[in-house]
Order: sequence, then C-alpha cells, then structure tokens
Amino acid sequence: MTSHIPEGIMILSSIIRKEMLHLRRDPQTLLVTVFMPVVLLLLFGFAISTEVNDVKVAVVVDTHTDRTRDICMRLQTNPYFTFVGEAPHADIDRLLRTSEADAVVVLHTDAGELSTQIVADGSNTTLAQSAQAYIRSVVSGEDAASSPIVSRVLYNPQLKSSYNFVPGILGMIFILICAIMTSVSIVSERQSGTMDLLLVSPVRPHTIILGKLIPYFLLSCVILAAMLLISYTALGLPFSAGVVNVVAISLLYIVLALSVGLLVSTLVRTEVSALIVSAIAFMIPVLMLSGMIFPVDNMPRALQWFSAIVPARWYISAMRKIMIQQLPLASVWTEVSILAGMTVLMLVLAIRKFKNSTN
Amino acid sequence: MNDDKVISVDGLTKRFGSFTAVDSISFDVSKGEIFGFLGANGAGKTTAMRMLCGLSRPTAGRGSVAGFDIATQAEDIKRHIGYMSQKFSLYEELTVRENVRLFSTIYGLSDRETAERAAIMFDRLEMTSMRDTLVSDIPTGWKQKLAFSVATIHRPAVVFLDEPTGGVDPLTRRKFWELIYRASSEGMTVFVTTHYLDEAEYCHRISIMVDGRIKALDTPAALKKEYGCRTMDEVFRSVAGGAVRGQ
Repeated sequence: MTSHIPEGIMILSSIIRKEMLHLRRDPQTLLVTVFMPVVLLLLFGFAISTEVNDVKVAVVVDTHTDRTRDICMRLQTNPYFTFVGEAPHADIDRLLRTSEADAVVVLHTDAGELSTQIVADGSNTTLAQSAQAYIRSVVSGEDAASSPIVSRVLYNPQLKSSYNFVPGILGMIFILICAIMTSVSIVSERQSGTMDLLLVSPVRPHTIILGKLIPYFLLSCVILAAMLLISYTALGLPFSAGVVNVVAISLLYIVLALSVGLLVSTLVRTEVSALIVSAIAFMIPVLMLSGMIFPVDNMPRALQWFSAIVPARWYISAMRKIMIQQLPLASVWTEVSILAGMTVLMLVLAIRKFKNSTN
Repeated sequence: MNDDKVISVDGLTKRFGSFTAVDSISFDVSKGEIFGFLGANGAGKTTAMRMLCGLSRPTAGRGSVAGFDIATQAEDIKRHIGYMSQKFSLYEELTVRENVRLFSTIYGLSDRETAERAAIMFDRLEMTSMRDTLVSDIPTGWKQKLAFSVATIHRPAVVFLDEPTGGVDPLTRRKFWELIYRASSEGMTVFVTTHYLDEAEYCHRISIMVDGRIKALDTPAALKKEYGCRTMDEVFRSVAGGAVRGQ
C-alpha cells in the first residue's frame, strides 16, 4: 500500500507524527503554550486596564454656593469617583500622603466668582492624569450648554483598552511561543544526539525542518483560534467578514515567528540559551518597540528606525487597521508585504544556516 | 572497486582553517570485519567518522563506503549505513515500537518488512514485553542493545558505532558485543570507536589515531607482539603516549 505514496512524504509524515507524540507526552508544556496566551489575553482584556476607575476624590470648599453644592453632588454620583468627603484646607497634604484621596478639588468662591484648583497625587501619573481630566469635565460640565466642543471617538467609542491590547497580545504571543517552541525543540534534539541520527539517515535537511515547523504551525493555529474566539466573544471586538484577513495575516506572522525560532536554533547551543534568547531578545523589543504600549510615532528617530525591524510592529499595526478599524486588506499592503519579505528572508537565512551547521 | 572492501580510504584529509584535524589517513575495511577505531580525545576520530558517514566533506583524499564515493555520493551512503552515537540515540519520549517504526520508515522499509523485522528483533533481544514502554523507562543496557538493533534494522552494509557502550558495566558491554558479533557473522561491517581497551580486544583489526594520523593498524594480537605488550592498554599507551593534542 505504501508504494503509492512518495517516500519523502512518508518520511515527513513519520517525523511529524514523532513530534506530535512528543508534544502529547509533555502535557505541561502543551498546557502552558495553549493556556498562557489565553490567560494573558483575559488578563489584559479584563483585569489590566488603562482605564482609571474609583478615583478617590476629596473636596475643600471655603464657602458653599449653589454651584459648589452642585459640583459636590456630581462628584458623588459619578461612577468613576469615590467621594471621600469635604475636608479643611489644611488636610489636603495629609489626605494625599495617606492615600485617603487620589485628588483634592479646591473650590474657592470670591465675590461670586468660582475658581477651581485640582491637587492630584502624581506618584501614579496615569491615575493623576485621568483624575484631572475627569474632574475637569465634571466641574466644567455645568457649562456644557455653553461649550461648543463635541467629541466623538471612532472605531472604539467606549475607549475600551482591550481594543488596544488584543493586537499587541497577539503580536507578542506568537513571536514568543513559536520562537521558543521551535528553537528549544531543535536545540534539545541536537543536545540529546537524536539530531545526528536524522542527519546521518537519508532524511533531507529540508524534511527535518518541515517536520519541525508543521507540528508547531498546527499548534499555533489552535492557539490563534482560541485567542480570536475570546477576542470576538468575551472581549467584544467587532466581528465582521474582515476576520478572514485577520486569520490570513496571523498565519503569515506565525510562519515568520517559526522561522525566527529556526534561526535562533542555529545560533545557540543549549536549550537554556534558546529559551533566554527567544524570551528576552524578543519580548523586550516587542513590548517596547512594537507600538503595543508606546506609540511608535512618539519614539526618538533612532528607535523608530530600529522598530522597523521588529516584526511585531508591522503585525500589530496591520491588526489595528483590520481588526479595530475594520479597514479592507488593501489598506495594510505595506505591512503585509514587509511581513512577507521578512518571512522569506528569515526562512532562507535559517535554512542556509541549518544546512551549514550540519556540515 | 574490490567487492570485499566495504570501506576504502586513501589519503583522507580534513582541515579547518590552518588546523589539520585528519591528516592523510589510508585504510581498507573488509566485508564482515569489526574494525576498531581508537584514539585519544582530539585525535580526529570523530571528524574522520563524520566524513565516512557523508556528514562532512573531505578537504583532500578519496574514500568510498559501501561502494559510494564519500565526497560526491553522500546521500547514497546514508541509505547504506547505520549509525549509533556515544550519546544514547533513540527518542526517549517515544515507545520502543514507535522508535522502530520511525526509523524503519526513514530507511524506506515497508510496513510489512518493519513488522517482520521488529518481531525478530524483539524476540532476539527478549524485549517483546517492553514493546510499548517509553524508551526513557528502560535500563541503559537494554537501550544500547535496542539502539544498535534499530540502527541496523535496514540491514546496512556498514554500521558506525561511536563509543556505543559508554557508561555501562563490563558485563553489559559483553552482551552488547554479542550483538556486534552476530551482525558481523551475518556479513555486516562494523566500524567502532571506543574508549574501553578491553573492547578493543574484541575487534578483528584496530587502528590507533594520534594527532590526526593513523600510527598503528593491525590485529590486536599482532599489535601486542609488535610493541611487546601484554594488553591493548599498554599498546595504546606506548603508541598514543607522544600525542601533542588532546587533554
């Protein structure tokens, strides 16, 4: 029966089967690689948020007027604030120092003119900035009728931080998981001596490489499916036909990440160094330079140039456009062609290095 | 080419930059012969063996293994040799049977051939009851016998053994050598490197490499006579004593 199937395919499928058995017999690793991304996504999606809730606010009022009473009322009823109470002027410092309040609003009325001062605890800048903005809008809110500025936020009207984080997490997870899995598994075969067995056998180097990449590609597809499912259901990202593009670009990115892992495996000698190189060398640029947390446009020029070689930057940028802004594929052709170019380059480099390292 | 010469090497040389790892070695190994390849660490054994297995190209000289040229027909050589390395060489996280299946597929055996040969092999090794045990769970002595049997399941013309019996006691080593003798009596050529000089006595012929060159090559008995020694250990020390390289 086997004579109908080309020998190369038989060998490849037996090597893939071997890798699958290996994965199945290592349930801890499998669990970590599938659940870590899911947990990260849920963590960033729900628990970790750049939105500021429960700003503890105290008020210092020298003379109560209708306006000051109105402002206090609004601070008390606003869901973003926890109203600490009214305090004497001398207590401002103590309230902030003891963290009983995150911000204090000082309402000073002089000859019927209200002047407002906000004193905020700057030790947490995110909190301080948000508190100031909230308070300003609450205090000036009474003049809403006279204010002509109406703001409308597109694509993410509620400014949910999960919208911002999902592309970033996807970009980070795949480069981490794929690079770590491939590099560690290849290096460990080299260390245990089983790689030599394959190399002295009639198995061609490209079969060995495919035999490593295909199983991890399939595993990555499972991770991708789980992450997208969570993003579109629990995290409520807008679902549309554009999901096809999301999947297509993600698959390209996965192949790129696997090739990076392959390249790492040819450069390091031990499993530990494969792990460290993959985790540290990729994690930090992805976190810092990909635009996941800090906008690329705000970086110094030199760092912007450097960020251009971080694959995650292009992937995250493409994901923002097609996942959040729901733009068509044509709008991300720059990102896609750069990712495709990087993939080809990585694969060629990695395969060449792999073949050389065996000679 | 003479049919009887399974391995034939003439002036084989490998240089890495200015360093000559293997310096113009020449020898022949006949069909069914057990050829011991001895030398201190760094003498060039591994490099020479890698060239014979088609893993590394010679810088100069010629060689053929199983009738194929080592410089130009490496892929053909790979089909006709077996290889077992000093590190235990099977997949630990696979069962005995899964390992057998993997390597027999790699060497192009059909499912039926695999089943037949595996049955004979398990019977000979008395491992039938361990077929579905993970390799990591079986004792080292068994693993080495299994690794040898898997390395020869496609009945290669030559099997290369790179320090196959590292880390086991003399009794287990002797049992391992029974397998080697059986393979040799069936016509398989065995090319073996070893650190254990009692093992060297089991070989038909021995070569001793020193600083990239073959300093001595003969049967164990003839070498002992030539150097006036009683054991191979003494022979080895008097031949390799002047080594520059190594530890």
